[in-house]
Amino acid sequence: MLLIHCPYCDDTLPEPEFAYAGEAHIARPADPMALSDEEWKNFLFIRSNPRGTHYERWRHIHGCGRFFNAIRDTVSDKFVMTYRAGEPRPNLDALKEAAE
Amino acid sequence: MTHYSAFSLLKNALSGHKNWREQWPDAQPKAEYDVIIVGAGGHGLGAAYYLAKEHGITNVAVIDKGWLGGGNTGRNTTIIRSNYLYDESAKLYDHALDLWEDLSQDLNYNVMYSKRGVMMLAHNVHDIQSFKRHIHSNRLNGVDNRWLTPEEAKEFCPPLNISKDARYPVMGAALQMRAGTARHDAVAWGYARAAAARGVDIIQNCPVIAIRRGPDGAVQGVDTAKGFIKAKKVAVSTAGNTSVVMQSAGLRMPLESYPLQALVSEPVKPVFPCVVMSNTVHAYISQSDKGELVIGSGTDQYVSYSQRGGLPLIEHTVAAICEVFPIFSRMRMLRKWGGIVDVTPDRSPILGKLPVKGLYVNCGWGTGGFKATPGAGHLLAWTVAKDEPHPINAPFTLERFTTGRLIDEAAAAAVAH
Ligand SMILES: Cc1cc2nc3c(=O)[nH]c(=O)nc-3n(C[C@H](O)[C@H](O)[C@H](O)COP(=O)(O)OP(=O)(O)OC[C@H]3O[C@@H](n4cnc5c(N)ncnc54)[C@H](O)[C@@H]3O)c2cc1C
Ligand SMILES: [Zn+2]
Repeated sequence: MLLIHCPYCDDTLPEPEFAYAGEAHIARPADPMALSDEEWKNFLFIRSNPRGTHYERWRHIHGCGRFFNAIRDTVSDKFVMTYRAGEPRPNLDALKEAAE
Repeated sequence: MTHYSAFSLLKNALSGHKNWREQWPDAQPKAEYDVIIVGAGGHGLGAAYYLAKEHGITNVAVIDKGWLGGGNTGRNTTIIRSNYLYDESAKLYDHALDLWEDLSQDLNYNVMYSKRGVMMLAHNVHDIQSFKRHIHSNRLNGVDNRWLTPEEAKEFCPPLNISKDARYPVMGAALQMRAGTARHDAVAWGYARAAAARGVDIIQNCPVIAIRRGPDGAVQGVDTAKGFIKAKKVAVSTAGNTSVVMQSAGLRMPLESYPLQALVSEPVKPVFPCVVMSNTVHAYISQSDKGELVIGSGTDQYVSYSQRGGLPLIEHTVAAICEVFPIFSRMRMLRKWGGIVDVTPDRSPILGKLPVKGLYVNCGWGTGGFKATPGAGHLLAWTVAKDEPHPINAPFTLERFTTGRLIDEAAAAAVAH
């Protein structure tokens, strides 16, 4: 079972408290009317689905109820970090360097 | 290839079963093939077999990063049925069902296809309405499916709890009699043996690292752990790993990969005559010929390649099974595992050509592609051989996510099966 850190509650809690909410940092188009079919496809359906580092959204549904983002390795399922919604996408390489 | 028969069984029994030959040779890659199929699951092996048998294309390699059938083919709960909602899907899954009928004879290999009936339980008014809609739509498409009252359901499957005060009351069921199960490993082995006998090379433990494209964009072959292998046509049939393989060809897919788990109990005497599924409580169950109860759940909620999945889901599934079948509440479970399933936004597969010359794909079968194994192999072979889709798989394009012509089977496939 995953243990997930909610950046709002600042607590690490078991997976059943949380709902997964898909890939993170997919911005809603600013001007939907201007989008081509191809661009709509990319926004709605195309996902990076990587074997490795994944940026994703979670919601602390049985806690504070808020959405936040996480970086997780999809092979080991280990979380690298979680961060608040609205914060920019962290640079993983920079993080790794800082850790070393 | 040795022909298997009652006689060969008897003959080998008399010599103490010491003279059975290997079923297929483990091949090493040649420099070039007419067609390379990436992924030696049931689908990829089936495609190789039909390429050789029906299209006379035998200079074919099937390449797998592990052992053949070690992906979802060897991990699934083997439910076979075809009662999907839309016309396109009904044709697709019924085509596979037709091929299942005499697959054992065709391959000279017992795949143990057992038409024991698949019953889907309705637990609330919405289930009743949606199942009846499916039954009517199936009837119009000539697909077998019928409605049962709770009493009829109980008669068909005696261990079922239909008491009114159950946590998940049974309000009726949809039954497809032509549906059932098959032996998953035997399907992979049977196709492998029959394809190899026709000259197909099956190359195991050889990950495909990248699909190589030339300056004109067309496919040139694949880079593998055993070096570059040339081919003008490459068909990718790698289930949960398809996004990763396609990325190497510069294509981004409308897929997400989730763990799907299953578990089996200790073996017991025959107690469960059919397959029962419940979308609402997210569980399904049958009994294997070895006697184990085979139980499956829904997918884990997060994208993962771990082939493991989390325990909360198993707990939920087993709780539901115990509620619907109180008789099993003290059964001991032997083992659990996970496979990685590739899910599309409309829960229908993608089977066809891609916007890259010489590249074909069969993916997106998600939680329910075992039932389609012979059909998917057959249609992929056709598409590769003729460089155009068969009418049955023509609607299942990648382009549908751009045009909006989705085939939304989320209701038929919402639970993993
Ligand atoms: C627990 C579980 C239960 C299921 N239950 C059912 C069910 O009851 N009924 C049903 O119809 N379906 C069910 N399914 C779905 C079904 O198993 C799959 O849809 C089907 O088996 C897919 O077959 P395949 O041959 O396409 O994939 P696989 O058998 O997964 O084959 C793909 C192969 O590609 C190989 N591969 C991947 N990447 C590479 C690479 N880079 N290079 C070389 N090879 C590679 C893998 O090693 C693998 O062997 C279930 C799945 C799971 C996990
Ligand atoms: Zn919280």
